[in-house]
Amino acid sequence: MKTVLLSFPLLFLILLGINLIFVSSRPTPMVNQLIISSIGDASYLNPVLAQDSASSDINGLVFNGLIKYNRDLQGFVGDLAESWEIRPGPEPEITFFLRRGVLWHDGKPFSAEDVKFTYDKIMDEKTQTVRRSDYELVKKVEVVDPYTFRVTYKQPFSPGLGTWGIGILPKHRLEKEDINTTSFNRSPIGTGPFRFVEWVSDEKIVLEANPRYFEGRPQLDRIIYRIIPETSLSEMELLTRGVDYYGVLPHQYQRMNEIPFLKIYSQPSLSYTYIGYNLKNPLFQDKRVRQALTHAIHREEIVQYVLYGFGNVISGPFPSHLWYYNPNVKPLPYDPVKAKKLLTEAGWRDTDGDGVLDREGKPFRFKLITNSGNDIRRDVGVLVQRQLRELGIDVTFETYEWSVFLKNFINAKHFDACILGWSLSPDPDDYMIWHSSQIEKGFNFISYVNPEADRLWEEGRKEYDLERRRKIYWRIHELIAEDQPYTFLFSPIGISALQKKFVLVERDPSGREIYRPIQMEKAGLMYDLIKWYVPRGIVMEK
Amino acid sequence: MTRFLFKRLLQLFITLIGISILSWIIITQAPGSPIALTMDPKVSPKIIEQMEKNYDLDKPIYQQYFLWLKKLFTGKLYSFKDGRPVLEKIGERIWNTLLLNLVATLIIFSLAIPLGVFSARRPYSFLDNLGTFGAYLGLSIPGFWLAYLVILATVKLFGYPVLGLRSFVIEGLSPPEIVLDRIWHLMLPASIMAIHGIAGLSRYTRSSMLEVIRQDYIRTAKSKGLPEEVVYYKHALRNALLPIITLFGFLIPGLIGGSIIMESVFAWPGIGRLAYQAVLARDYPVVMTILTISAVLTLIGNFIADLLYGVADPRIRYQ
Repeated sequence: MKTVLLSFPLLFLILLGINLIFVSSRPTPMVNQLIISSIGDASYLNPVLAQDSASSDINGLVFNGLIKYNRDLQGFVGDLAESWEIRPGPEPEITFFLRRGVLWHDGKPFSAEDVKFTYDKIMDEKTQTVRRSDYELVKKVEVVDPYTFRVTYKQPFSPGLGTWGIGILPKHRLEKEDINTTSFNRSPIGTGPFRFVEWVSDEKIVLEANPRYFEGRPQLDRIIYRIIPETSLSEMELLTRGVDYYGVLPHQYQRMNEIPFLKIYSQPSLSYTYIGYNLKNPLFQDKRVRQALTHAIHREEIVQYVLYGFGNVISGPFPSHLWYYNPNVKPLPYDPVKAKKLLTEAGWRDTDGDGVLDREGKPFRFKLITNSGNDIRRDVGVLVQRQLRELGIDVTFETYEWSVFLKNFINAKHFDACILGWSLSPDPDDYMIWHSSQIEKGFNFISYVNPEADRLWEEGRKEYDLERRRKIYWRIHELIAEDQPYTFLFSPIGISALQKKFVLVERDPSGREIYRPIQMEKAGLMYDLIKWYVPRGIVMEK
Repeated sequence: MTRFLFKRLLQLFITLIGISILSWIIITQAPGSPIALTMDPKVSPKIIEQMEKNYDLDKPIYQQYFLWLKKLFTGKLYSFKDGRPVLEKIGERIWNTLLLNLVATLIIFSLAIPLGVFSARRPYSFLDNLGTFGAYLGLSIPGFWLAYLVILATVKLFGYPVLGLRSFVIEGLSPPEIVLDRIWHLMLPASIMAIHGIAGLSRYTRSSMLEVIRQDYIRTAKSKGLPEEVVYYKHALRNALLPIITLFGFLIPGLIGGSIIMESVFAWPGIGRLAYQAVLARDYPVVMTILTISAVLTLIGNFIADLLYGVADPRIRYQ
């Protein structure tokens, strides 16, 4: 009995020892593949059903839309469609001329029937897709011939063009299946540069190069999505070469930048964080008060402390690096004196000497709320609370679990001010956020009304010409910046780390390989993913 | 005995139904909807309503409960998150979790009991005090924190991957090396999970041993001239381990639910992570099914513990 008992700890130690010897003697291998770290597992490898970013990233490689954004996010280039024509009018028509000879990953040919099938599936009420909203203004779609597809809209709707970037599904594979539960969602076939190989839940998703891709076979042999639920763990895996690429958090930047075998990229994001004021609340109905609040909040300081400098202070409701952001509108500067002056004009003074401003006997006191679990918003809240305190405004700050926060406070419009963020698409049409018709059931939960802006939002989504749209959105930007219904805080800068071994490769007619460094595009680092390559003969630094 | 068994099983069944109804109410009444998880300004509320209807979320709560039961037993229960059969999702992860927890449990028992006996033989000696100190340390260190430190240390020391079931780039490894790689990836999380258990169980064994050593029959055994080894490891230890049967009741559900945190820290694709994500995503079918499985296992664990007492301890007999 005794020997048996004592042999267990010994066995344990021996096993640990063997392992340590094995582990410390391993060399790092070199493979022509890309391993991407993803925080969450994918849900549906089906572009119609997917809502999360992990699924969308992978779907973007396996499927193609009819068109896609160009590298500046300022217009479109053909994808499955070679070209397209817009016939304007009260019921505009878009005709897509599709590429010939495109094959699905199973070898069957692609045609306009597949496009129509995808559209029909989206519009089917039984399909669990949120994308249906994008096509509500479509009147009808027709297959003119196998390579021509025509869409007619009920009214002019320029954001509609971009929605045809959605991945097209293979009709022959899905015709007889229930799209919500079919096995296709876990082993998809598309037309894209990479084809699906394997999905191990919560561990990895493997794709390989599609040799028959219509723009040529991708240079990488494989792409692997690894699911690692925490960014600090991705960092560990990056150090052991178990991961080639991941999104870096601002506090990790310094460390990552010092590692010789990594290259760090950064790029403004399509999202921004703001403080929204409930305009139904009498406290915030005076424009001067809202401007004063923005003047009193030191946004540069917030970006410095909360994002380690990785954010741009913005002046209006658009991402600062895109064509519809009005560069002539400057963010209101940090100016507590001006803030005080504006508040005094609006009737707020500290008459009873308790350090808190008041008007008609009522103190300037409000509750600022945000969702829990978001450290950045929490830190912003604490800083804002302190900064407004200095001005004599008493802010209480509370956080709530996301769904409670939405249901009981935001959707019920039962709040004073909230810290939130928007992640936008490259199209500027934010009608659902700002138009006064969206107060009741849409996303204008701060109840913002501005008749001129309303009219411009309507006009903007009817206008197809980019230059004319730019004018409209620049004006909207001015109007909203003047009204300050939000205090626009910042638009974060995304950072990503990539192992240096990757290059862009091109082959000249003689077959010689020409290497160029990978560059960040407005449309993202992976815009030219099919040219990424790990050259043989590169020696990796340990 | 059969009467007892029958009564006990009936009790179990009724408890199980009670648990499932209660969990259903708590889970579905928590705020939040499985559909509108993010605020996407491009999605109109009308469509969210339609999608909720497709999931029967507009029906009264008791109807939803019966629908869930019906779907569970007809195999038509699909996850809200990815539309896959719930049992399939659980099935593909359950072996990973079982393996991790089994190894952790093995480490706990094989290290804690020798430690406990060792301490009990020389109570309040320097080594025993050291053991006590170690045990308190082990109990009070948060597992996830220790895990992060260990991950950081091993990566810095060896530069070898520690996360997940296996290393990712395994080109050029021979089959025995692949096995070693798997063991390496298993040992770290299992060992860290075991620390807590070792600390607790070794104390438990120690006090139980000290209790038994004071008994008359131990004195008798010693006085009839048995070697000390036999007295301790045969007569005393067997009786000292009786209370550990109680732990059995917890052991079985622990095999499934004991590793939620470590699975997240070590990116281990198991049930715990699935349950955690399902709760966040309000994926009712998955949450409910996992809860029910753990409830069944807890009840079975208690039941087995009851029976084992009857077998192991002659003082307990079921009528």
